[in-house]
Amino acid sequence: MAVLVVAETDGANLPRGTLATITAALAIDPEVDVLVLDEQVDDASEAASGIVGVRSVIKASGPGLAGNLAENLAPAVVETAKDYGYVLAPAGTWGKNLMPRVAAMLDVQQISDITGIVDGDTFIRPIYAGNALATVRSRDPVKVITVRGTAFAVAEAPGGSATITDGPEVAAHDIARFVKRELSQSDRPELAAARIVISGGRGMGSGENFQLLDQLADKLGAAVGASRAAVDAGYVPNDFQVGQTGKVVAPELYIAVGISGAIQHLAGMKDSKVIVAINKDQEAPIFQVADYGLVGDLFKIVPEIADAL
Amino acid sequence: MKILVAVKRVIDYNVRIRVLPDGSGVETDNVKMSMNPFDEIAVEEAIRLKEAGTASEVVAVSIGPARSQETIRTALAFGCDRGIHVQTEQPPEPLAVAKLLAGVVAAEEPGLVILGKQAIDDDSNQTGQMLAALLGWPQGTFASELVIGDGVFDVTREIDGGLETISINAPAIVTTDLRLNEPRYPSLPGIMKAKSKPIEAKTPADYSVDVAPRLETVTVAEPPPRPPGRMLESAAELVQILREEKGVL
Repeated sequence: MAVLVVAETDGANLPRGTLATITAALAIDPEVDVLVLDEQVDDASEAASGIVGVRSVIKASGPGLAGNLAENLAPAVVETAKDYGYVLAPAGTWGKNLMPRVAAMLDVQQISDITGIVDGDTFIRPIYAGNALATVRSRDPVKVITVRGTAFAVAEAPGGSATITDGPEVAAHDIARFVKRELSQSDRPELAAARIVISGGRGMGSGENFQLLDQLADKLGAAVGASRAAVDAGYVPNDFQVGQTGKVVAPELYIAVGISGAIQHLAGMKDSKVIVAINKDQEAPIFQVADYGLVGDLFKIVPEIADAL
Repeated sequence: MKILVAVKRVIDYNVRIRVLPDGSGVETDNVKMSMNPFDEIAVEEAIRLKEAGTASEVVAVSIGPARSQETIRTALAFGCDRGIHVQTEQPPEPLAVAKLLAGVVAAEEPGLVILGKQAIDDDSNQTGQMLAALLGWPQGTFASELVIGDGVFDVTREIDGGLETISINAPAIVTTDLRLNEPRYPSLPGIMKAKSKPIEAKTPADYSVDVAPRLETVTVAEPPPRPPGRMLESAAELVQILREEKGVL
């Protein structure tokens, strides 16, 4: 059964999560089509057609594309989905907002945030903040699935040569209107895509002290994240948050600074390849998942690391 | 305006989860249960709207086994006016919960339904969006700010790259993110008063909803453990290992 990937795009930029979702789609079935619903649908479709393995790109059109509202996009996905056995999207906030609306319209029970594929009906997904892995089998005729981006390799692009076909007309319903988007400005890589992530916790003591991590991040080309405790304390905005209720990351190197290691934080980073923890409390639970630990004053150790680079 | 809030009874977020040896699920016997933290935020938001005079009545609904009533009592102690308990043997899946909630909405006709964005047990993050779809209502998911206007709600949403604001028509669905508010602790008078507030008992049959699961849980397993780590003496040693042994710098 062919797979429809509902692509999160940003103009001609295809986020890591979308590329990973295409890898997951190809693991289910070789016939993979990509539905593009971006405001800049021409650029986004062009970019999607270059992904290796994609059969065709379905380009939506219409006034409903503006603003990225689930109320407008979901009917277009449902209309396109009728020819497919699977509908997949990346499990970022974009896909989490849109796909359950699609699933309910199709009367199917969505499978959220899969990290593994057993067979065409059976998938693995983390539950309880990743403290358990559930293997679930779906009985629905169409499987609506969101995919955890860090659990699958990135599909290759460019290099593909998918055809671009015209897809659904997206109407604008007046029940919801886009007002504004305020994206955090940063020259650093995105948290979800970064090769190295440095996160600070309550031990940072203040928002100003995060500059210490910024300096190290600049040296390493790393992204800066935070624990929920640091977000709750108001040190940094919520889009820094790594954890069960924030972003899930799995970089090659994760450096946890002044983070005790609450279960909910570990859920967001414990699949990182190498984990380093710096904490003054040697009993902190973060050391149980760390590959390397340094016990001591982070205000001394972090500059020492920067100097040693 | 009447507000409906949905609350779920889950294993307390501080409890360390234990996977059952037979792989059928996680240990729930003699484990501390609490209201899903995101649902506490939903209840708090509704109560604040009532205190501000915006909401006339706040109704808390929970779907699940008999003891979900305790979670409704907690919501009543926060200040909700009354409760509705739709009893099911097993905790139903999000689609079934959304269908049951759609039935409750049809009976209660609220102007706003507030739910947590996800429950911390199955981490699905689906019910609010599904309910919105079934009702044909707009959805303000992952809300960090909610402003009530004249027939419209302005919702600031937490999205991956920052924040987004949308304006949605009433009636609508809002799901809560962490920064929407900081829930209070129920007061002693609140807890006393909650004991005499009514909880209506319902069943899925009352709403003609089939709650049979669509997903079969084949197995629940522990995640693979990480190999034990090493404590290092100095930053220099760390940098050397990361650079030379691990090649990640």
